[in-house]
Amino acid sequence: MEEIISIDNLSFCYPDGQQALTNVCLTMRQGETVALIGPNGAGKSTLLLHLNGILRSNGVVKIFGRQVDDGNLRWVRSRVGLVFQNPDDQLFSPTVFDDVAFGPINVGYSEAEVRESVTRALDWVGMAGYEQRSPHHLSVGEKKRIAIATVLSMSPEILVIDEPTSNLDPRSKWSLSGLLERLPMTKIVATHDLELVRALCPRTIVLDHGQVITDGATSQILTNISLLAAHGLAPTETS
Amino acid sequence: MKHSFIDQYSDRDSFIHQLDPRTKFITTLLFILAVVLTPPNRWLVFALYLFIIAVLILLSTVPIRYVLKRSLVIMPFVVLIAIFIPFFKEGEVAGSYNIWLWEVTVTYSGLQVLANIVIKAWLSILSLILLTSTTKMTNLLKGLEQLRMPRVMVMILSFMYRYIFVLVDEVMRMRQARDSRNFGGKRLWQLRTIGNMLGTLFIRSYERGERVYAAMVARGFNGQTRTLNRLNFTPADAYFGVGFSLILILSSVFNLLY
Repeated sequence: MEEIISIDNLSFCYPDGQQALTNVCLTMRQGETVALIGPNGAGKSTLLLHLNGILRSNGVVKIFGRQVDDGNLRWVRSRVGLVFQNPDDQLFSPTVFDDVAFGPINVGYSEAEVRESVTRALDWVGMAGYEQRSPHHLSVGEKKRIAIATVLSMSPEILVIDEPTSNLDPRSKWSLSGLLERLPMTKIVATHDLELVRALCPRTIVLDHGQVITDGATSQILTNISLLAAHGLAPTETS
Repeated sequence: MKHSFIDQYSDRDSFIHQLDPRTKFITTLLFILAVVLTPPNRWLVFALYLFIIAVLILLSTVPIRYVLKRSLVIMPFVVLIAIFIPFFKEGEVAGSYNIWLWEVTVTYSGLQVLANIVIKAWLSILSLILLTSTTKMTNLLKGLEQLRMPRVMVMILSFMYRYIFVLVDEVMRMRQARDSRNFGGKRLWQLRTIGNMLGTLFIRSYERGERVYAAMVARGFNGQTRTLNRLNFTPADAYFGVGFSLILILSSVFNLLY
């Protein structure tokens, strides 16, 4: 299968001196669903921000074989859809329609295409008919779905989601999980919800202290209790 | 959490609601201009304006109690600015009082200026309340944009409308967290706590701004704002616009003759 994301020796340091990522190497193939797990502050979100060029270090991230640089940011961002953790950050427009249409309009779709892509994206996440609602007055579950629709409307080939199930009750969580499962594109899910990982992602990457600890089949990693415990993902033996 | 909308009654369906936001915005501006430019003490003209706005409010089916209550909320600001005028304006003395060491005099002309300011402000505020409670905020923003208001200003207003509720929620949660830990004690201590809360709120908003910007950039934002235009003028807009302007012109003529 085609390698669509390849990261080679990525290191990143925030302006305040905090080392967020150290020598991260990763490759992903078309159609995979990968979980990125790790404790708080492990560098998950920082890694995700590199995938569509919001953060850039030294040109070691390649999408579809092309280095992410200033010249192709627009192209990268239309192929990699990034959904942020807090839907109140993701949804900044007065109405749901405006928010879902924001990406397509920026990419330069015609009016008819914009309308069509908004309708399709909202259908996909089961939120048809919400176009004129104000994002603030939706429930958290609805906001999460709309937030996903805001990137689906650009028909990305890679969907990157940060903590899709945080703050959701079990019912909303499982219906969101089902929704993600039905989406055909390549998916990267950063989370510490191991139930979700087990249900959704065949492959898991464990990240801690900005480094890739292990990368392999979910069934093996999630049964390795001592590994999980060592990285804050399971209760330690003494407790 | 639920809040009262700025545009609480905007989803009703009346003649006023159906007008194009641009028509309403321009006529509101004209109305305010006419009110502000009316020479002082033309009480009949003010009464005429009040009549016009009252008719429009009745037509809009927005509850009158709501409009009046809303208009009172804004009055303290006007009064605070204008309250000292009667004491400083020179003229015929209406009364003088001794407050401790000062002798304070109030003049008739000063009181008249105060009354005029209050009435003009009140009429203007009524018309603005009518505008905002019969127009959905989103449509009003679209209208402003199509009237060639700078995009940056429209975006600022739209972010304000989107995030004011989020901020209010944040303040309410902070207050609940504070009160659950038995907030009390000395006045100075309380002030310090409130200062800290304000600081925290500022930093959180600032950081949220950065995250929102990242979310915009992630969807291809590059500093230019683009929108789809969806507003359309109808014949009703023309009738209303022309009719309203005629009334304003008539009242100005009346003003000159009076």
